[in-house]
Amino acid sequence: MSKKSLLARNNDLANTERQLEILSNGQFANGELPTFAKKIAITNQFPLRPKKLEILQINLGYMCNQVCAHCHVDAGPDRKEIMTKETMQECLDVIKKTGAHTLDLTGGAPEMNPNFRWFVEEASTAGINDFIVRSNLTIIRANKKYHDLPTFFKKHKVHVVSSMPHWTRGKTDKQRGNGVFDKSIKALQELNAVGYGMPYSPLKLDLVYNPSGAFLPGDQLALENDFKKALKNEFNINFHHLFAITNLPISRFLDYLIASENYEDYMISLVEAYNSEAVKNVMCTNTLSVSWDGWLYDCDFNQMLNLKVASKVQHISEYNEELLQNRNIIINQHCYGCTAGSGSSCQGVVA
Amino acid sequence: MSKTYYDPADLRKFGNITDWNEELGNKFFDYYGKVFEEGALTAREKSLIALAVAHTEQCPYCIDAYTKDGLQRGITKEEMMEAVHVGAAIKSGATLVHGVQMMNKVNKLEM
Repeated sequence: MSKKSLLARNNDLANTERQLEILSNGQFANGELPTFAKKIAITNQFPLRPKKLEILQINLGYMCNQVCAHCHVDAGPDRKEIMTKETMQECLDVIKKTGAHTLDLTGGAPEMNPNFRWFVEEASTAGINDFIVRSNLTIIRANKKYHDLPTFFKKHKVHVVSSMPHWTRGKTDKQRGNGVFDKSIKALQELNAVGYGMPYSPLKLDLVYNPSGAFLPGDQLALENDFKKALKNEFNINFHHLFAITNLPISRFLDYLIASENYEDYMISLVEAYNSEAVKNVMCTNTLSVSWDGWLYDCDFNQMLNLKVASKVQHISEYNEELLQNRNIIINQHCYGCTAGSGSSCQGVVA
Repeated sequence: MSKTYYDPADLRKFGNITDWNEELGNKFFDYYGKVFEEGALTAREKSLIALAVAHTEQCPYCIDAYTKDGLQRGITKEEMMEAVHVGAAIKSGATLVHGVQMMNKVNKLEM
């Protein structure tokens, strides 16, 4: 497993245009598979349009202490792009007036942004219903300065959402790096110790499951039950819900699919599992994604493909919710990842 | 026409068997779907049984299908290999138990 991002390795796929080219060529160019636009047009869902804005997702930077094999952000210690305090202030101004009920902070490891705590303190008083921080867990154990994160999260009533690809060490470390499983278990126990994830606790702790390979996630509830049983029995860990998320064929996961000669079959699996019901609630219809440098996107994946919103308003500094809602959502073949089976979003299944 | 007997891409065409006999094909797929629903056995347990039988039947399509199905359900490779051993044990047991027939025959024929 590489310890560097695609960008640091000068990999061809660090270029988003190259990724989009791959997604438009091959099976989709020769007609073997329908493009996403054609597929959603069959059920009159083209162009895809936003519904009411519910979630504002802010990416605080691509820097991360981990280099996960499947990462769609291409995050890692070598990524230096992080949100400045000025952009954070612009985000806060928006958070105060948005109609969205959920604020979702992500990265990279958002905690590595030097202004992370200031931002959380400010945002937690802005009257948001559900304040999510996506924590990779190991950051809590990575350095002494992060050890108190569980109590910090608790103080600001943050809803913690953490990645956990499997309840076994082997599968987890293969996807996320050696030692990640043990550190994640320790971090989960520490979160439990301050009340996170305990039955009936208002301190919400949810886990995110991504398949560790070229296959789709199984039934979310069945996986949640298996995770709960295994983590409780072996490590006395409690958590609330499991979000099963499909890996989208972009960035490092796309690199893996191509290198392992799984790309064509994976795209066929996604297209075969297409579910028009999932299209109705796909997350780009209720989410806006903000990048570390303040640009606006339909979703985190479009952000990583550098596909900015198709609107006059494209930057947080000129944010206008009404104008933004009146746009067509940018789609491409990667979108099949969110419409397979029961669908997939940062909040898990959608259908 | 393919030069080999098995082509992995043929698995995706399985549904086409209804083209030449819709009624029986549909009955089969309805039955198949029903069998794998959650019942007295969990869908997870059924997936492992299917994987074991796929091996004893030596069906490459079924092995591909139920290996992938198992991964999707979070079934570990240790569990999958144990299931294959269950199939192998029954298969070899079925061979060896016929040894009793051989022994019976020898005992009958020999003075």
